[in-house]
Amino acid sequence: MKVLVPVKRVLDYNVKVRVKADGSGVDLANAKMGMNPFDEIAVEEAVRLKEAGVVSEVVAVSCGVAASAEVLRTALAIGADRGILVQSDADLQPLAVARLLKAVCDREGPALVICGKQAIDDDANQTGQMLAALLGWSQATFASKVTIADGQATVVREVDGGLETLAVRLPAVITTDLRLNEPRYATLPNIMKAKKKPLDTLDPAGLGVDVSPRLVTLKVVEPAKRSAGIVVSDVAQLVEKLKNEVKVI
Amino acid sequence: MAILLIAEHDNQTLKAATLNTLGAAHHLEGEIHVLVAGAGCTAVGQAVAQLSGVTKVLLCDAPQYAERGAENLAELVRGLAAGYSHVLVPASAEGKNLLPRVAALCDMAQVSDVVGIESTDTFVRPIYAGNALATVKSIDPIKFLSIRTTAFESVGLAGTAAAVETIAAGPELGLCKLVDRELTRSERPELGAAKIIVSGGRGLGSGDNYRRVLEPLADKLGAALGASRAAVDAGFVPNDFQVGQTGKIVAPQLYLAVGISGAIQHLAGMKDSKVIVAINKDPDAPIFQVADYGLVADLFEAAPALTQAI
Repeated sequence: MKVLVPVKRVLDYNVKVRVKADGSGVDLANAKMGMNPFDEIAVEEAVRLKEAGVVSEVVAVSCGVAASAEVLRTALAIGADRGILVQSDADLQPLAVARLLKAVCDREGPALVICGKQAIDDDANQTGQMLAALLGWSQATFASKVTIADGQATVVREVDGGLETLAVRLPAVITTDLRLNEPRYATLPNIMKAKKKPLDTLDPAGLGVDVSPRLVTLKVVEPAKRSAGIVVSDVAQLVEKLKNEVKVI
Repeated sequence: MAILLIAEHDNQTLKAATLNTLGAAHHLEGEIHVLVAGAGCTAVGQAVAQLSGVTKVLLCDAPQYAERGAENLAELVRGLAAGYSHVLVPASAEGKNLLPRVAALCDMAQVSDVVGIESTDTFVRPIYAGNALATVKSIDPIKFLSIRTTAFESVGLAGTAAAVETIAAGPELGLCKLVDRELTRSERPELGAAKIIVSGGRGLGSGDNYRRVLEPLADKLGAALGASRAAVDAGFVPNDFQVGQTGKIVAPQLYLAVGISGAIQHLAGMKDSKVIVAINKDPDAPIFQVADYGLVADLFEAAPALTQAI
């Protein structure tokens, strides 16, 4: 069974976000970039399934600029077998990415796609669900536990009120939540090995996919800053403020 | 053109998130139709018909919608969507699961987590964990919007009832089956709708401490209980307590952060609260940069003292 894992290159989660002065977007020039953390969890899960003998091949796919090859190398260092870069300088929105991934799935024929539930840059939380729709597959989003057996995936999902367990028929799309696993650190020997693993480059035109954006970003601004308040000296003063100043208790 | 809103419910009662989503729909133009799809959900349909601004309820009662799986529901909504200018859901776990599937079936984009409506095609949404706000214009004929419920007022009763129209069910696709649902049972208010939230972090040290220190305080305040990711990852409390970028987004009147350092991912989930109080022994904790009132103290002394004093 083959698993496809989409991975996205995003601003590193530790880097402070700076909005460009002209309001056109977030400043990514010279900023540290890395793999979307939810996608790392997805790669880790796929590699664990391979180590458990459930999966035969893990293919990592990234859609984006040429530098996205770096996050594919990271996926290969974690243990993916090969990488596919769908290279484009366009503003790739979730629907466009889902359509590209659908085209890659049509070529590769995986039985399972494991995606991060959202990317920490646009916070859209759409691509996995959209891909499942385009493929006509079942979906199990926000997974905190995955078991594969007998042509179906049993997935524990994190939902608003607690947890729910779904049995989904394969092929399926699973999206990862935070507690699915803790991704391993890539070791130096594995990073070296990853450099030799195959990495193919495709482009949207070659896949026959129109990636034109459907949403036009008019402006990006910083949200109103919440100013720091005061430090109270003790509990009594805190209670006094909450009761008499802001009257919330 | 009319607006289609997909109600969230458990076949018996309507979820509060739907009321805020309806509040967002009031900022758009056109009749508001609400889809109530479920099994044995007639009472929910009748309740929705009483809400202010609702012009029609579409009731779809069939066994394949009992558990509200995205696959069957998306097929149903896809069939309806063509007649509408906007399709709205709350940006809850259910809405996030469902709406992208519908949008993709219609080959259109979705705008996630809408916090502002500038016009019928232009919306404001947070990106980068709320560190930036993007204004985006959708060029697709149908706008698929998931609504951040804390950004819109909830809507009350109308005084008159809208028509309830029963519609035909879509196919049972048989792609997926619910095996089990373990929902946290609590007498406390729902996290998303609570006026006061008492939230705990890593500083509490254990699940026992979390319960011993925070439950009496929450009881006294009639508050909901929340937590940081660190507290959930450490197993102090279940996942549905998590407040943050990828957990629940809350905006109560009072948010009491106890032993929470204030990672940006956590701040993303609570910084729109009206009043924020932080209790932490580390004076440099980032939570103090957003707190209206900070108390630098040992939480194991300060929190029980606070419980006593109120």
